[in-house]
Amino acid sequence: MKKKALKELLLQGNEAVVEGALRAGCRFFAGYPITPATEISEQLSVRLPQVDGTFIQMEDEIASLGAVIGASLAGVKSMTATSGPGFSLMQENLGFAIIAEVPCVIVNAMRGGPSTGLPTSPAQSDVMQARWGTHGDHPIIVLCPSTVRECFDLTIKAFNYSEKYRIPVILLIDEVVAHMREKITIADDETIDIVNRVKPTVPPEWYIPFEDTPRGVPPMADFGEGYRYHVTGLTHDVRGFPTSRPDEVDAFIRRLFRKVSQNFADFQIGEHYHIDDAEVAIIAYGCVARSARRAVADCRDKGIKAGMLKLNTIWPFMRTDVEKVLRQAKVVIVPEMNMGQISREVKRVNKGSAKIFTINRVDGTIITPQEIMGRIKEVF
Amino acid sequence: MIEVTKLIHNYLRHDKKFPHVWCPGCGIGIMLGALIRAIDHRGYQKDEIVLVSGIGCTGRLPVYVDFNTLHTTHGRALTFATGIKLAKPRLKVIVVMGDGDAVAIGGNHFIHAARRNIDLTAIILNNSVYGMTGGQYSPTTPYGMKTATSVYSNVEHSFSISELAVTAGAVFVGRGTVYHAKLLESLMEKAFQKVGFSVVETISHCHTQFGRMNRMGGAVEMMQWQRDHAVTVEKAAQMTEEELKDKFKIGVLIDRNLPPYQDEYDKIRRWSKGVERK
Ligand SMILES: Cc1ncc(C[n+]2csc(CCOP(=O)(O)OP(=O)(O)O)c2C)c(N)n1
Ligand code: SF4
Ligand SMILES: [Mg+2]
Repeated sequence: MKKKALKELLLQGNEAVVEGALRAGCRFFAGYPITPATEISEQLSVRLPQVDGTFIQMEDEIASLGAVIGASLAGVKSMTATSGPGFSLMQENLGFAIIAEVPCVIVNAMRGGPSTGLPTSPAQSDVMQARWGTHGDHPIIVLCPSTVRECFDLTIKAFNYSEKYRIPVILLIDEVVAHMREKITIADDETIDIVNRVKPTVPPEWYIPFEDTPRGVPPMADFGEGYRYHVTGLTHDVRGFPTSRPDEVDAFIRRLFRKVSQNFADFQIGEHYHIDDAEVAIIAYGCVARSARRAVADCRDKGIKAGMLKLNTIWPFMRTDVEKVLRQAKVVIVPEMNMGQISREVKRVNKGSAKIFTINRVDGTIITPQEIMGRIKEVF
Repeated sequence: MIEVTKLIHNYLRHDKKFPHVWCPGCGIGIMLGALIRAIDHRGYQKDEIVLVSGIGCTGRLPVYVDFNTLHTTHGRALTFATGIKLAKPRLKVIVVMGDGDAVAIGGNHFIHAARRNIDLTAIILNNSVYGMTGGQYSPTTPYGMKTATSVYSNVEHSFSISELAVTAGAVFVGRGTVYHAKLLESLMEKAFQKVGFSVVETISHCHTQFGRMNRMGGAVEMMQWQRDHAVTVEKAAQMTEEELKDKFKIGVLIDRNLPPYQDEYDKIRRWSKGVERK
């Protein structure tokens, strides 16, 4: 489909998130200021009231996500944005959104940690926190942009997934991508797919709010529309009432997982860059994928068959694509700005067929193309 | 069935969610009765009411009633309620919390919801203890009392939920007890009629934990204690400080008018679209 150009914009990653959120239909934002996510709050405080939406600065990040979940239950697409320290505070209510199946989007602009860490320096060290930060067994969807354009697209995707699967979606963006400016062309509204939650069509007396369906996603009624039902963070039965009956608990937790796992193919967003005949494959995400792209191009100039698999979906882990790369390449390099969070997953699915090498940077600076080139020369 | 029971049954999810979890004699049921009667008197539609709670014995209340009900995380009920109210202002949002829920873990949310003047009613059941987890001391446990985590004595000073609400900016604050059930009901009705952040503090008893550990007797004796220690605001005005020493006031503690957050934010919406400021 040919996209009709609407406007060319020079945007920061955070600003592209704002544009994406507004296009996706986000009309409620609650947040607490924190670098490097602050621009998202500031811009939405200007833009949301213009479209009859609501911006509110809450007293902390716990409250922010609470308000976001409340607004979503009332039927309004909602989001919040934060960085590591705030993301830690959100874990409690993140679990609530998962168990109560409330759509919402959480942006975590990653900075160096632990704790207050490196407020203005980039990192990719929240990959596992995004997966397992909240307690209890649960599925999650996590997306990661590496360009400003992807900030826009993946924010829309994040809303779409959250509405379609009734699940919180996390946009993991790093400080580099959040603050970097690039020119992007935003297509006309009609060419952008927007997904809205499925609402019940049965009469209220027939509505079973947490019923299993073939898709694993029950229709969701907004508060105040005639479907009076109970929402709780306790493990509940299909009607939403607390239960500890093993058969009901088991069926519920398994459905939560199934709604993501049986739609696995729907979540595979990535890019194959010179990967088909690659002997050296780089698996990268976020700002590091930018350096990796350059390293691949330089390798190709020199006659080295290098390629890159860029992950835009971090969770559920893109194991099908990764396994293909592992079977084919002689050497696989996983550069990332942490001590090896994604490389751990790559090694887990490897089954011994490929040699895997890592590049780990944890000093608050980015991994350069030269560094990746150097590693390729070392191991290939 | 007597009329009042019939009325209450009309609002309960009696075919779905009973028996309830509360101990026989607990005051939470009395508060629930008052809440239902107050809602009924005001004539609200079930569909327009959202009843939100946190975690605790009190937090279990919404599951039993036939409204839009939301049982959130411990202490965070007001944050969820803020989102609901701002996203859909036509909904009538009522939040029920325990004392620990509202002013320990949720204390920060409580003062900020009051300060912002979010248009909702917060009903707090103050039983001076963490009931659900087995009777540990809370921020409202009086100095010198025994609880599961202060078996020697509580050496912390308690604060008054209602006074906190007044200072933080609530437009209406009333205090009642489960002994004075009719007063409680009327305070709730008044709170519902207010536009802005309204609070009803309900003094109640947890005889199975707090009462037992402090040898205060059962539910009946603890309700008699409420009767003997509560003084109406009007009567208190005639009494000396000395006479009021071991008493607490019940009735309307403050009633004032301030624009609610949603009206203030509507101004922001207009200004953001270039409408001139007056
Ligand atoms: C974050 C968190 N910490 C602790 C608990 C355990 N917990 C459950 S209820 C409760 C206290 C409830 O006391 P209160 O709010 O006074 O309500 P009551 O049971 O007395 O009505 C606690 C500490 C929890 N559920 N969540
Ligand atoms: S533990 Fe206390 S507060 Fe909880 S139901 Fe029993 S009497 Fe009521
Ligand atoms: Mg209590």
